[in-house]
Amino acid sequence: MAKRIEVSDLNIYYGDFRAVEGVNISIEPRSITALIGPSGCGKSTFLRSLNRMHEVLPGARVEGKVVMDGQDLYGADVDPVDVRRQIGMVFQRPNPFPTMSIYDNVIAGNRLNNKKMKKSEADDLVEKSLRGANLWNEVKDRLDRPGSGLSGGQQQRLCIARAIAVEPDVLLMDEPCSALDPISTLAIEDLMTELKEQFTIVIVTHNMQQAARVSESTGFFNLNGVGQPGRLIEFNPTEKIFSNPDEKATEDYISGRFG
Amino acid sequence: MSTPTRIAPEAPARPAGPVRAQRRLPRFAPLGLFLAGVALGFALSALSGFSIPTAVVYGVLLGTLAVYVASRAVEGRRKATDRLVTSLVTTAFGIAMVPLLSLVWTVLDNGLPRFDAAFFTNSMYRVVGEGGGAYHAILGTLVITALATAISVPIGLMTAIYLVEYASGRLKKSITFFVDVMTGIPSIVAGLFAFALFTLLFGGGVRLGVMGAVALSVLMIPVVVRSCEEVLKLVPNELREASYALGVPKWRTVVKVVLPTAIAGLGTGITLAVARVVGETAPLLVTVGLITGTNLNPFDGRMATLPVFAFYQLTQPGTATQAFLDRAWTAALVLIILVMALNVVARLISRFFAPKTGR
Ligand SMILES: Nc1ncnc2c1ncn2[C@@H]1O[C@H](COP(=O)(O)OP(=O)(O)OP(=O)(O)O)[C@@H](O)[C@H]1O
Ligand SMILES: [Mg+2]
Repeated sequence: MAKRIEVSDLNIYYGDFRAVEGVNISIEPRSITALIGPSGCGKSTFLRSLNRMHEVLPGARVEGKVVMDGQDLYGADVDPVDVRRQIGMVFQRPNPFPTMSIYDNVIAGNRLNNKKMKKSEADDLVEKSLRGANLWNEVKDRLDRPGSGLSGGQQQRLCIARAIAVEPDVLLMDEPCSALDPISTLAIEDLMTELKEQFTIVIVTHNMQQAARVSESTGFFNLNGVGQPGRLIEFNPTEKIFSNPDEKATEDYISGRFG
Repeated sequence: MSTPTRIAPEAPARPAGPVRAQRRLPRFAPLGLFLAGVALGFALSALSGFSIPTAVVYGVLLGTLAVYVASRAVEGRRKATDRLVTSLVTTAFGIAMVPLLSLVWTVLDNGLPRFDAAFFTNSMYRVVGEGGGAYHAILGTLVITALATAISVPIGLMTAIYLVEYASGRLKKSITFFVDVMTGIPSIVAGLFAFALFTLLFGGGVRLGVMGAVALSVLMIPVVVRSCEEVLKLVPNELREASYALGVPKWRTVVKVVLPTAIAGLGTGITLAVARVVGETAPLLVTVGLITGTNLNPFDGRMATLPVFAFYQLTQPGTATQAFLDRAWTAALVLIILVMALNVVARLISRFFAPKTGR
């Protein structure tokens, strides 16, 4: 299930603007990889390039290689839709489908792809995914209510349930907790620790404690100035990054000295 | 104040608290003052030989002035300006309502005498004087409008989807430009276009209901494209991305996420586009013509439609002039009711299909 991702010499562009350059990274299966760095350094951009979500924006393109278990995701014969089926994504802002009930939101990935399912199978999948996302107890009595009627934190967990319901190999999370209270944040962190048994997880976060708590490896992105491309400055095991980083810039950022 | 003084409770110079309290006119004073001004204006007008327009003009001017002066004296400049602008805007609204009310009144007044069962059940077949009705024209209008809708909605909606979801660059710009140009086409030109097209295809002198539907479509398609485009643009990009991230292909995302999210707006826009063309006269005049009997087959000869029916009743009254005039007015009334009904339907659509929130 979980898969290793090897990125080599990745440059990411918005039109003519090179937003990220020269990324080399190896993401381990069954682990959590955290990406940290100042705002605008290209963390989201990099994350979105891993499941080919970057190119849905007009003019956006990518150079370099992203290899998942031996296959180049940017190869000529690779269908981006298939890539996204294997690499799921949770966005910074919760975005449940407003026309669908909680139940339909969870199985949206299957329904929208017209996958035939028996009612009992669908019920099981919904319960399993919602339990997986730690939301089952809160919504089990109102599965037929609209998903947009939930609180922000509940909506985010609904989006996680929706992402894991299609059983991807890799789960990308872009600041999944930035809109959440400490309790929901802890719930989602616990959830990630459980999910890493099955999935490869990559998470972008501004919360260093969070990165330190949940991740095995941490990548630090930085940029030299406005309008310059972002780079991966350091990629190391999390303990090393937070205790004894190789790079001065990493240490400055982690200890709050920058600018 | 050099020394801090305790404010005596019986004479508070100003209330405690950082925000200066405002003196205000008593609640009904502005209205009262305004009415007083109006009364004065009427009196003034009566002095110089009473007439309703002068009375209203004097009244509104004096009333506004009275409110402004009183407010300026009591409440200060900002509040007074606020009241002045409120009066101006309300007056402008009143002026805008005058033609509408007058129109509705005239049509009701002239249309109601023949607004009877016979009007809705009889055609004009073999009617030369009194009696008769617009049964054939009402049904004809419904058939032709339905056909025009059936042609315009798929084309218009798909164009809008193409523009919002797929197109980019020069092609998008040029399509948008031509849609804008089409929006400005005079309706008679649309009629002549359909006329010329069908004359080319079927020879001269051809008159068919479907010609009218084609002419109406020329007018309706740009309206549908424009309104659907606006609505589709409102669908947040995040929803599309959420769908892509689940491995859903683009076309399925459009069909199953974007369209359902926008369905309320699409329905409203399309209904209003129908309302826009249902009363068109000129294009139907040159393409569909008119008959006295009932013909519901748009592929077989002339048909009757309400606007053209009203036009001929008005311009070619036979011997019983009044009967023809009455029928023209009633046809106008039915048209107005039709348009209003469509607007109500549009509102209902946007109410009932809007994405539901709440728990
Ligand atoms: N749609 C876009 N079009 C053009 N440039 C973009 C777009 N999105 C992001 N950028 C640019 O790419 C760079 C990286 O942005 P990105 O969103 O990846 O930053 P980030 O590290 O996720 O920041 P944050 O922590 O604030 O979310 C920025 O300079 C940004 O201005
Ligand atoms: Mg970001």
